[in-house]
Amino acid sequence: MINKKIDRKTDIQILDGNHAAAQGAKLSRVQVIAAYPITPQTPVTETLSEFVEGGKLNAEYVAVEGEHSALAVCTSASMVGARTFTATSSHGLAYMHEMLHWAAGARLPVVLACVNRAIGAPWNILNDQQDSIAQRDTGWIQIYARNNQEILDSMIQAYKIAEAVYVPVMVCYDGYVLSHTEMPVDVPPQEDVDRFLPPYKPHTILDPANPKNYNLVTLANPRVNTEGVLCHGYMELRYLLQEALQHSRETIIRVGQEFGVQFGRSYSNMFWEDRLDDADIVIVATGSLALEATVATDTLREAGHKVGVLGLRVFRPFPKSDVVKALKKSRLILVFDKNISYGLEGATCSEIKSALYGNHLNAVVRNFIVGLGGRDVKARELADAVKRSLPLLQEGVLNTEYPEWMCDI
Amino acid sequence: MKTNAINLTETEYLLPGNRTCPGCALSLAYRHILKALEGQVIVTVPASCLTVLHGMYPVTSVDVPCVNTPFASTAASASGLVAGLKALGKKGLTVLAIAGDGGTYDIGIQALSGAAERQTDFLYICYDNEGYMNTGNQRSGSTPLGVISGTTPILGKQQNQKNMAAIMEAHGIPYVATANASYPLDLYEKVRKAKTIEGTRFIHVFTPCPPGWRFPFSATIKIGELAVQTGWVVLYEVEDGVFRLTSASESIARRGDLKPVREYFEEQGRFNSITEEQIDELQDWINARWKHCLDRATNL
Repeated sequence: MINKKIDRKTDIQILDGNHAAAQGAKLSRVQVIAAYPITPQTPVTETLSEFVEGGKLNAEYVAVEGEHSALAVCTSASMVGARTFTATSSHGLAYMHEMLHWAAGARLPVVLACVNRAIGAPWNILNDQQDSIAQRDTGWIQIYARNNQEILDSMIQAYKIAEAVYVPVMVCYDGYVLSHTEMPVDVPPQEDVDRFLPPYKPHTILDPANPKNYNLVTLANPRVNTEGVLCHGYMELRYLLQEALQHSRETIIRVGQEFGVQFGRSYSNMFWEDRLDDADIVIVATGSLALEATVATDTLREAGHKVGVLGLRVFRPFPKSDVVKALKKSRLILVFDKNISYGLEGATCSEIKSALYGNHLNAVVRNFIVGLGGRDVKARELADAVKRSLPLLQEGVLNTEYPEWMCDI
Repeated sequence: MKTNAINLTETEYLLPGNRTCPGCALSLAYRHILKALEGQVIVTVPASCLTVLHGMYPVTSVDVPCVNTPFASTAASASGLVAGLKALGKKGLTVLAIAGDGGTYDIGIQALSGAAERQTDFLYICYDNEGYMNTGNQRSGSTPLGVISGTTPILGKQQNQKNMAAIMEAHGIPYVATANASYPLDLYEKVRKAKTIEGTRFIHVFTPCPPGWRFPFSATIKIGELAVQTGWVVLYEVEDGVFRLTSASESIARRGDLKPVREYFEEQGRFNSITEEQIDELQDWINARWKHCLDRATNL
């Protein structure tokens, strides 16, 4: 996000992350909202209900009986041509898992706000990113916000991206750290958002005037239709979804730049950088954790270490070559994950290593699992982790088998 | 004017060449359901025999717009269609959710109950072949006591079916009806009536399944008729709480000639292992329900 002074009256409101998300949905003129309450997402649903009941938002609010139904309402409403929104967290997102596949598989531009929360068992209502990371293979674009301004801005961009590439978008933000923390947020005027985000033009539509059947049983191989035209098989349809995600990088960046032109806050990259230009030590993290890393960077810089931060904004599609370019000067890369792929390591670390392969970077990569279930992550702890990793530079061991856990075991 | 075989619309929405088994009662029922809705419908279908009927991409034998949706989500999908159409100001269409007994009694009941409680403006039709026939005949919440199925292979099912129409009636919805593929005009009339009513409407359609129930393909109509003649199925409708027996059930009630249910069981291989005690238990269950229906009926 690059802030540029623009010549318009600004409306700075003090909003927590959930209200920023609800404002983003409202400004995007969502037409159908379906959601089920879950901590810490609940204020999003309450706020949107209030907008709808109070006549401030012209939308259908469907108070469903569970998250699986919430997303089923969105996919079907999208199928008749409505712009749809849902929000959830943790168990709710897990419960939606099947429908996540269907939304992406049917190429429906649904937007979902995921307020990141730990998942049971045991019960825990506080923040980590296990919920959305566990859904990374469902075919959704995943955007992670670092502050409440980014939540609002990402919501509006999400619709423009989703409706351009026909891939659903998940806007993720950290529970409590952002969802329940108030910050100043520049809320753009509706007419500016309308100029940026035109009404949704659906590509699939259920209409008796032109009856079509969607999501029929589809065989693995291509098959001819009644006119003798060869149509895609299941595998071709899966390829097209992958291709759409591969190509969505350009759309995400273009939309981010256009957003900058309209609103003065440009999102022209898949991640944001802090002092990367001369850094040979780079901290990589996602969401608000990366913002915390910039504080750790301040102290490390004072101690003479050339440290920078790469804050991942878009996790899917994963920006492999952009990341490699940004990390090309680094000799030590420290990846902090608020998630764990059990039996391996944090998901972000795996992606970073995969990006680095074959690029002759020869950087040491260290992975730390932090902040699970709302475990506090202090900037000092991040700085300490960096310091104790420094000797690895001399040892020349690039990789470690498993991550280090920042907890009391 | 009452519908008969002569004045029934000739327009077909279920085209020839669908993938159902020979003698499929669902195929017959669906044909009349779609005729009654005259093409002004959007259909949502979960995993079921109806998915098979709808065909394989890129060919379908159904000439109405349809979305296939996961098993548990039929009524939620319908809620989405209704909300989407309303948000876009599109009027005059019936949203039809149609699922089997597995998709209604079992995995879909949560979404259905939620949609009915929200008074969603849609028509839900459960076609009931009393088991998971699409996956090769496993027991469902609708499978009768004593039935041999893929998951009750030796002892037969130890519990009787639940009363889904009564469960739906308990939601206080404006229209609940039962129907049977062997009485297609009664079904047609009920769908026509349901179409004009606002709110959640539920029709239970009994659809005998030759391979699953083990009777000859040519006997579908007879089995459906026997079900009504023995009281296994009672044809009725409840409109704003007013209960009426319809069609053959009304005639049987007037004549008072309900046959013993044994005659219905004897025609089907799935009841081969049923015990005398189970038959007695089911006969008692039928007698009690039949009496309840006679007591409630306002048109006798």
